[in-house]
Amino acid sequence: MSRIIITVVGKDTVGIIARVCTFLAEHNINILDISQTILQDFFNMIMIVDAGKCDMTFAELSAGLKNVGENIGVTITCQKEEIFEMMHRI
Amino acid sequence: MISKLEINETNQMIGREKLDVRTITMGISLLDCIDSDKDRLLKNVYEKIMRLAGNLVKTGDDIANEFGIPVVNKRISITPAALIGGPALKTPEDFVDLARTLDLAARDTGVNFIGGYSAVVSKGMTEADKNLILSIPEAMAVTENVCASVNVGSTKTGIDMDAVFQMGQAVKRTAERTADRDCIGCAKLVVLCNAPDDNPFMAGAFHGVTEGDAVINVGVSGPGVVKTALQEVHGQDFEVLCETVKRTAFKVTRVGQLVAHEAAKRLNVPFGIVDLSLAPTPAVGDSVAEILEEMGLESVGAPGTTLALALLNDQVKKGGVMASSYVGGLSGAFIPVSEDHGMIEAVEKGLLTIEKLEAMTCVCSVGLDMIAIPGDASEDTIAGIIADEAAIGMINQKTTAVRVIPAIGKKVGEHLHFGGLLGDAPVMAVNMASCREFVRRGGRVPAPIHSFKN
Repeated sequence: MSRIIITVVGKDTVGIIARVCTFLAEHNINILDISQTILQDFFNMIMIVDAGKCDMTFAELSAGLKNVGENIGVTITCQKEEIFEMMHRI
Repeated sequence: MISKLEINETNQMIGREKLDVRTITMGISLLDCIDSDKDRLLKNVYEKIMRLAGNLVKTGDDIANEFGIPVVNKRISITPAALIGGPALKTPEDFVDLARTLDLAARDTGVNFIGGYSAVVSKGMTEADKNLILSIPEAMAVTENVCASVNVGSTKTGIDMDAVFQMGQAVKRTAERTADRDCIGCAKLVVLCNAPDDNPFMAGAFHGVTEGDAVINVGVSGPGVVKTALQEVHGQDFEVLCETVKRTAFKVTRVGQLVAHEAAKRLNVPFGIVDLSLAPTPAVGDSVAEILEEMGLESVGAPGTTLALALLNDQVKKGGVMASSYVGGLSGAFIPVSEDHGMIEAVEKGLLTIEKLEAMTCVCSVGLDMIAIPGDASEDTIAGIIADEAAIGMINQKTTAVRVIPAIGKKVGEHLHFGGLLGDAPVMAVNMASCREFVRRGGRVPAPIHSFKN
């Protein structure tokens, strides 16, 4: 497991990035890129992270982030980067 | 690094345009299960399927979760049952017991279909082939997840007209035997010409004798993605239209290639092929008919439909071939009626007939698929429909198929309700002029000549 794309969407509120980043830091995941926009109160963030030294399996990470999202009221999904690489790079 | 735009594009395809991997199908050779004792044969078959495919469903689900792409179906295809059953199964009833064993294996592995209750009789039939064909109505009635197929002809061998007639009977009897369940047995039964050995799609999937011990084949889908891409170039010329389909097919197929490689690696089974197919579902926005209509047709079935489908099919192949290391199976656009709400609407408005669908099968990837016909259509009429499709396949060196469902007790305009991916089939009018004498002549149609192409 190395690069993972994390997508966060939902109603904007205080501390979304903070909570997601805290969770990632606790599990030794390094953030490579963050892009975030807010459109009409709607929060949309895409993070590219390096999970090469992560202390969890992909399934645990995915479930953990989903749980963080449920606590804040946003939807968080994780996808391995390969699906985007395959589709957009030859 | 991947850009936000690219991430959004992919996720929009998956989220809004219903891009998915339609099936991961594990092909399993059962040739080494052959035994002259029936109980041992059934035990061997069950154990081999469980041993190889025990983890198939979990692996498919894991891949879906990790990449965020739905893997809708996990399926199994086996060596044509008539080939492995011969030494032990001496009656149609014996073959039904094999079907029951396959159904049990499907249930215990958690796959939604197991294909390969099949016979390949393009030139002639063995006793085992005959018994299997006779067993089909009962086998389709007593099993839930077993798919049957019979290949009755090929470009190299011609058409076995005895088999065509027997399949006309088998289709009719299967409908009668499952009449209490909207004739569902016929939705799991297909008659083919030039059937490929590596097709991952049901009901025609089987693991041909040209294949290895086990293989992973993947079928991709994505009519909604193609339609959305075409909306962006609405009204532009054919060059732009074709390029857009091609590029989109490339992207869709890349996902199939990724999933196929991952599944093969994790299951420790060789990767076989990616089947480049646009397979619709009954959901709005997941329809091949909608693509054709987006090209500029008021309704599928209008003049121009055959060309629209032909170029769609051809561009999907051109885009997909470069995206995958091995392409196979049926590869093209599917045009099942009951599984595509756009097709259903066109039939209900009287704008799409079975004759137009037959013309469309000349240029699409399969044939007359998931079409309900009046319950009083005779076995001869059904055999005539099968013969016509087989002729198109044989002469044009392509796969063709017939999956019609005689709607017992129903007339044109009424519906059969299957639910799920199989959808809802409006009963379509069929030309009832008799072909009885023709289809009952018996014997074989010789293979066609490959020169003087006109």
